[in-house]
This record gives sequence, C-alpha cells and structure tokens, in this order.
Amino acid sequence: MVARISDKAAIVGIGSTEFSKDSGRSELALAAEAVKKALDDAGLKPSDVDGMVTFTIDQNEEVDVARAVGCGDLKLYSRIPYGGGAATGTLLQAAMAVATGVAETVVCYRALNGRSGQRYSSGVSGNLITGSAIHYSWYMPFGLLTPASWVAMFTQRYMHLTGCSRDALFEIAHSTREYAVNNPAAFFHQRPFTREEYDTAKKICEPLRLYDCCQESDGGCAVVVTTPERARDLKQPGVMIRGVAQCAARDQEEMTSFYREEIARIPEMDLAADEAYAQCGLAAKDIDAAVIYDAFTPIVLWQLESWGFCNYGEAADFVKDGNLRPGGRLPTNTHGGQLSEAYIHGVNGIVEAVRLVRGTSVNQPKKPVRHALVTSGVGVPTGGAILGGMV
Amino acid sequence: MTADENRDLEAEVRAYVGREVSAPKRGKDDVNLAMIRHWTEVTGDENPVYHDPEFAAKSSKGGIIAPPTMLQIWSMEGYSMCQEPELDVQRELHKVFDAHGYVGVLGTNTVTEFYRDLRPGDQVTAHTVIDNISERKTTGRGVGYFIETVTKFTDQSGADIGRQVFRVLKFKPNAETAEAKTSTAGAAAEKPALPTRIQAPRGHDNAWWWEAIDQGKLMIQRCKGCGSLRHPPRPMCGKCNSTAWDAIESSLDGEVYSFTELHYPKFPGYPYPLLCAVVQLREGTRLIANLAGCAPEQVFIGMKVKGKVERVDDKTMLPNFYPA
Repeated sequence: MVARISDKAAIVGIGSTEFSKDSGRSELALAAEAVKKALDDAGLKPSDVDGMVTFTIDQNEEVDVARAVGCGDLKLYSRIPYGGGAATGTLLQAAMAVATGVAETVVCYRALNGRSGQRYSSGVSGNLITGSAIHYSWYMPFGLLTPASWVAMFTQRYMHLTGCSRDALFEIAHSTREYAVNNPAAFFHQRPFTREEYDTAKKICEPLRLYDCCQESDGGCAVVVTTPERARDLKQPGVMIRGVAQCAARDQEEMTSFYREEIARIPEMDLAADEAYAQCGLAAKDIDAAVIYDAFTPIVLWQLESWGFCNYGEAADFVKDGNLRPGGRLPTNTHGGQLSEAYIHGVNGIVEAVRLVRGTSVNQPKKPVRHALVTSGVGVPTGGAILGGMV
Repeated sequence: MTADENRDLEAEVRAYVGREVSAPKRGKDDVNLAMIRHWTEVTGDENPVYHDPEFAAKSSKGGIIAPPTMLQIWSMEGYSMCQEPELDVQRELHKVFDAHGYVGVLGTNTVTEFYRDLRPGDQVTAHTVIDNISERKTTGRGVGYFIETVTKFTDQSGADIGRQVFRVLKFKPNAETAEAKTSTAGAAAEKPALPTRIQAPRGHDNAWWWEAIDQGKLMIQRCKGCGSLRHPPRPMCGKCNSTAWDAIESSLDGEVYSFTELHYPKFPGYPYPLLCAVVQLREGTRLIANLAGCAPEQVFIGMKVKGKVERVDDKTMLPNFYPA
C-alpha cells in the first residue's frame, strides 16, 4: 500500500538565521527568529500556526518557541528522533497533519548552537548526545566515539567493495565548495579550495580528512507547511510536497549498523526512495536538482545509488563525471551543503530545495527545476522528500 | 597526598582569591614612540598608523597610536624581574603551591579586552587581583590547579582602558608522580588518577557480557528457542521471540570486516595510533574491537585475526585482536 500523501501539503515559507561559529545567543532565540522569518516569508501571522514539529535532539520545546513567537493554540506538536535523520521526517509529520486536518499550518524548525554549544565532533561520552548509554557501550571503550568514526567504518568497506577512490570524495567536497563560494550565507563564501588543500588537511578517521566532514555551526532554519488551497492565496509560490517518506530498515542501529549482511549500503534510504517515488509516480529521471544530506562526503555516494541516479557501486563515476555541478545531470547541494554552507541538521537543505523549486537559489541551475529531492541524514533511520511546483 | 592534605592546601590557597597582587603598578615609562618603534620592529608590524604621523593624522585614528597588544607591556616590570623579584601576593601564592609539591608552572592562556587606543603621553597603571582558583584537575602535565588573575588597566585620569585575564596551571610534574608511584607503598596515595578509557555503562541487557570480559572471556549470546547467536545482546530473539538465552564463549578467531584508524580528536586514556575494526568472528557474529600488534598500514579487509581479552588500563578489560 502506498501512502496517499502526495500533493496534500505545500511549503509556503522558509526562514533562516545567520550561520556562524558563535551565535552569542540562545538556541531559543535562533529558533524564534527562523520561525518568524519563515512566517513572514509566507505572509502568515504567528497566530495562524497550529502545529509545530522538530527533532528530538532539538533543545527548544515546541511551546517555548510558540510562546516566543506569539503563536496561538497548537493542535500538533511532534518530534522525530535520530539526529539529522529527522530532517525530512518533520515534513512527513507536517504533511500528515495537514492532509488529515489535524492541523492546518505547521512549522518545522531546527535551531542549534552546534559549534559554540554541544559539539557532535567531541563524541559520545558520559555526556551522551542521543540514544541510550547501553547502545554506545559497545563502542565507547574502543574509542569509536564520533560520527566521523562510525561513517569511516562504512566508507572503508564501500571503497573496498566498489573500488571508489578519494577522487570521488574530493569531487563531492569540491563541487559543494564551489557552490558555497557564491553563497553569502555560507561559511566558505568566497573561499575556494584546491586538491592539495583537501589532500593535506587534517586526518580525522581513515579515510576521512577534514574537508570530508561537514561544518559545526550555530543557526536555525524553519519551513511553514499548509494546505494546497491555502497555499494558493499566500505571498510566495507554493512548493508542493510530492512525496515524503521516512524509514528504519531491518537491523538498523543508530549510526552503528555494523551487523547486517552487508554494511556498505543504506537499505533504509533505498526503502524511503521507493516509497517517495511510489507516492507521486515519479522516478529518478524526473528529479532535476537535489539537496543530498552531506554530513560526510561518502554518504552522498550511497544516497545517489539509493535514489536511482546510478546503480550500486557506480556513484563514484557519476560524481566524477561532473553530474553534481551547475551544468550537470543533477546539480546538488547548490547552497554549499552542510560541508560548506552550514550544518543545521539538513533543515537548511530543505530551505534550499524550496528555493530550487521557486527558482531563487543563489546557484539556480539554468534548466527548469520541476522537481527537487531533499534527503535526511544517513547511518541513522532516514528519509527524503520530493518537492515540486503546485499541481 | 592525602585527602586531608588536599583540603588543607585548598583552604590555604582559596584565602588568596579576591586579593590584590600588589599596589597598583604604574608603568615605568609613559606610552612613547621609541618603545612603539622597538615593538613594531620586533613583531614586523609595518602598519604606518604606529609610526607615520602624516598617515596617522589622515587615518580614522587621527594620529599615532600604540599597537593595542602593547597594553600589558607598558606596566611590565622589565629586567628587575630577573634579579630578586618583589615577593608580591601572586608569588606568595605560588610558593604555597610549591611547598605542597605543585612546583610546575605553565601559562595556559590569556584573554584581553581593549577599551580605547593608547597614544604617546598616556600613562598606564595595572591593578591585578587573584580572581579564581579551579578545582583540582588531572592534566597531561600532571595534577594541578588553574589560577586566574584579572588585571584592570587604567589611564592617567583613572578611566579603564583594558582588562586582561591570565591563566596559569600550577601542577605536580608527571615525572615526579611517576617516581612516587614506583617508590614506596606509602607513596601510592600520591598517585594521580591517570585517565582511563570511557567505561561501558552496564545495564540489564549488557552487564553480563562486560562481566565476562572482566573475567577474560568473550561471550556470544545464544537464543534458547532457536539457537541463533546474536551480538550486541538483546533481551528478545528477533527470529523466534524467545526471551530465554544462554551464551557461548567465542573462539576469538576472526577476520577484519572493516576498520578505521582514529586520528582526531584524540581522547585521553586511549592509545594512539588507535585502530578500530568490525571483526567477523568464526561463530558468525560481529563485534567492534581494537586491533593491536600491527601498524595501521598493514591492516586490510579480510585480514585474519586472533583475539585476546586483556587489561588495557587500570579500570578496563577489553578484547584486542592481533594478526593471526
């Protein structure tokens, strides 16, 4: 059975704070600003909001954000677990609520002081970021403490099986950086880099070096979701949620699915892709541009395979052919991604995907973008959404 | 050092917090062009606003200013410090630490705020207070205390012109504590707690496995319903839903299924180079463990390994896997 959720909800507003390494203010201040900007963008009032969705790891309670912004009565408040895997899951919650009438106007937000506050790169320890202490007991005593180290383990095996080299990882880092160079909101605005800088950067976890890893950032992002009917009367052209799915596949762990038959792939994203495509009857050939979650360079490869842009093991060649670049088959992470714009747990990616469909990205592809894909973090239960124009 | 002695030391040194280090110190020279020139020559700072009156007059500064980073310089003691420095309150405090064996001193960092530009003719006076003494800390250099002094800088009219926080570590150098460790049993109390690995939190579902590791055994959970093996342990069998289980002891024979070398960040208590692997055991389950007895460049996927459950630090028993 395919979920009947396609074209039942539209994104009508987007908002972001500045991205920085030290916001100098609370995460609540960031969340409130992002939400207010998204509402202003949509031409809606805070009192129009009756639902709020965020990540379980977000530190801003829905009611606190609602009160800060001056929202009225809420009929939906809901949270998605698993770190960046929650990004597009927030859209699924919003779309389900809007489709069923549980709520009419839902804000999805994420705000964090990811550099000046709790840093994910500092690893799990007595001060666990997510998940249970017992889960991480299998990794902490051995020093496998950081997201980079978990991803490195999958990467090493993927490279072993497919022959993928660091050339492909560089191409992802480099094409993403080139987009950021044009984006004033990006940390790496006007800061291009060379292969030599990439190859000599600090080693993190074999085979990952510094520029294979995303930023750590302070900032907030929000999007407003409402019914297609209401969307037609608002300030911005609505961006339809054509398909949206989340998935945890068999034998999934949070970042440490080392025990499956084969670990060098992400079956949860394969399932999410199948589901999202089935909802709207679209296929990879219909996707014109993408925002692919890039906490680390190699995870982009696996997602390209999951979403059918190439076959398993062929993603390295796909990216080396320049397909992620402005004139390529699939301009990807046109905001500079989390590698080079900011790490707002994928919600800055949703904002960019909306811009791609509106035609307002700073790196808007020359070809028309009828459909844009945006995905959530991988290694964890994940998901993705296909956005398109109003139908 | 016993807990009592620590308490005595801490009571003694905490009495210094809030005290002025000395009477306010007025710089021996007013802000002047010669010292500015010496400073910019040494630091290689060619900014003309520090030496070219014409340029400086036209700049936003409206005239020559001193490099802001010279703030502390104007009130420094100079060469007299190398002889018999005056026993001010800060040195007195350091001597208290010295007397308790905390003879090491290490400047760790400073934070300086600048409120206005200084110009030739300005007078700088420093007012320094012992602001804070940390809890007892275990550091890479040894056990010690961080001492923070705060210096307020004022000008000839008494107005604030800047503020500096200076942090030093007074510590017992590690070599000395290592000596104490090997000398007498009585000195064992001196031994600082060396950092160990992060301990595995133990709960209902995993404590038994770690307890077996403490006994030198690597166990694999086995379902009593269908006989399937599982790791990490879980309270129910996902195949037959039985909650009854026992465990078998692993042969410790296996191979590297995937691996990574952990470079950064480095965590205290872990040995580097540090290799971590997904090890495929002969029994069929996998686990995360460290690789030992081989260089990082020697490791490959498919490498045969043999495990050994061994003590890796004062608190931790772990399985290590060696090339077979």
